[in-house]
Amino acid sequence: MSTTTASPPAAATAAENATATKQPDPLRARRRRRLSQWGFIAPAVVFMLLFFGYPLVRNIVMSFQDFSPSTFFDGKAPFNGTDNWSKVFQDDLFGKALWHTIVFTIGSLIGQFGIGLALAVFFTKKFPLNGFLRSLILLPWLVPMVVSGIVWRRILDQDTGVLNSLFDTLGFGGSTPWLTSPGMALFSVIMVNIWIGIPFNMVILYGGLQEIPKELHEAAALDGASAWRTFRSVTLPLLKPVITVVLVLGFMSTVKILDLILALTDGGPADSTQTLGTLTYQNSFVQLDFGAGAVVGNVLILISAVFAVFYLRANRSEGK
Amino acid sequence: MATVTVTSKPKRRWGATVAGVVILCTMLFPLYWMVNTALQPDSGLLEVSPVPGSLDLSGFTSAITEQGGHLLTSLVVALGAVAICLAVAAPAAYGLAQFRLPGTKSIVFGTLITQMVPGIVIANALYSAYVDLGLVNSYFGLMLADASLGIPFAIVLMRSFMVAIPKEVIEAAEVDGAGKLRTFLQVVLPMSRNSLITAGLFAFLYAWSDFMFALTLNTTDDVKPVTLGIYQYIGAHVGDWGSVMAASVLSAIPAAVLLVLAQKYIAAGITGGSVK
Repeated sequence: MSTTTASPPAAATAAENATATKQPDPLRARRRRRLSQWGFIAPAVVFMLLFFGYPLVRNIVMSFQDFSPSTFFDGKAPFNGTDNWSKVFQDDLFGKALWHTIVFTIGSLIGQFGIGLALAVFFTKKFPLNGFLRSLILLPWLVPMVVSGIVWRRILDQDTGVLNSLFDTLGFGGSTPWLTSPGMALFSVIMVNIWIGIPFNMVILYGGLQEIPKELHEAAALDGASAWRTFRSVTLPLLKPVITVVLVLGFMSTVKILDLILALTDGGPADSTQTLGTLTYQNSFVQLDFGAGAVVGNVLILISAVFAVFYLRANRSEGK
Repeated sequence: MATVTVTSKPKRRWGATVAGVVILCTMLFPLYWMVNTALQPDSGLLEVSPVPGSLDLSGFTSAITEQGGHLLTSLVVALGAVAICLAVAAPAAYGLAQFRLPGTKSIVFGTLITQMVPGIVIANALYSAYVDLGLVNSYFGLMLADASLGIPFAIVLMRSFMVAIPKEVIEAAEVDGAGKLRTFLQVVLPMSRNSLITAGLFAFLYAWSDFMFALTLNTTDDVKPVTLGIYQYIGAHVGDWGSVMAASVLSAIPAAVLLVLAQKYIAAGITGGSVK
């Protein structure tokens, strides 16, 4: 393995050609060819082992180590058994963060998926400018998430934000503390995340809808099925594989949320928007307690792993 | 029945267009508000008017003075990440698509799995490794980390295209005496041009939008991309929304430009990378 990485593919192929002209030794030639073929794949495998495999293992080890602010000067992080684990689990904040993560993920997914599906169905109609409008809707998804968060922070400002002035003009009362009240903040953060996720859901579901043969809809219409009935009994079942993929991918990107919450509320007010992602960040990079951060991170991985199984099942059921 | 549909059809179609425009305006309103606020740097902590009264670009001038360097850092880091991503992912995608090697199936499987590892978990472990390797506060360190955001996606996407390259084409090139590497560079890559562009675009957008690695793998101001620059700026100058929004507008430009210029690649990437 290590020799494969060290020798660039070019050298390997040159050597292969050289032996091929000298004397044909089929077994050796085959081994050479294998080696040069691995040369193509090895850099990516090594990269992924370093940037995904290593952190997974390292996080488990770190969760049993005592990190302190001085660790990065003296390099000392002695093992401390399950201290980190019991400390994290005894802290009320962990339970809160777990609950917020669940609410945030489910709320975001329902909103993103529901609105995304409605828009996807809407855009299957043929009308002028359809393609143009559909592609522009992608824009919110392409803007850096932390930037979207900051823009929304201005919009949701209690005293001078445009949402409250709009509500005021419409007569709904214009002083909702969107991000500053512990009772409202999580809801507001979910709303913003729904806005971010709609385009992605819409595009994938739209792609899925395009694959469904038109004749099936026509057949259902001829049989006298209503639009809603056709949608429920023909469209949805055929769309199921795409729905599973979109929900699982949505889950993966939502459960680990960090950028958006840091930009909108920094986990506050009164920890009301603290999630497992922000808790990992704050333990490790604010309090420099990387051991506690690793514990929360491991819980996050465990949750993701459970859903990874769903994802793979979904992938397999698609037959690819 | 038939006549009814014929006469009412054109009207109904434009009705849908109007509905579509309303939906689009609702979705894009926050982005409009970003531009609008950027053009009213004087409003400070006051309410912003719905349209800018005059064309005041001073928000943009101060944004460029304060964040210009960070924008440049973002560009350098993102381009570096794209280069690393494609250099690592393209050969692997080819190998996984065309070579019959033992274990390739598990590598493809592993590649899918990596997309599920939360970024903050990676950062948590990577930080101490970066400290040991002297990669904290370095351009190269951030480029590597940002490249990791795009590599699994790039491999999956390009592989799905490269599987479709006929074996005969590759064999013909090799019969003509081209080595594996030359076949790859001169035959396979040009044929996979579209998937290469799509993968590169997404690698760029991932790296350009990255905030988490920038936040966690930097302890000084040496390497500060614009996402981190804006975030730290609002922490320090809450009142100066005009220039924050101007900087936000500038940071959103690559996404907007790519969406206009490379729309079909982006659409292909979203559907190809996630569904297939």
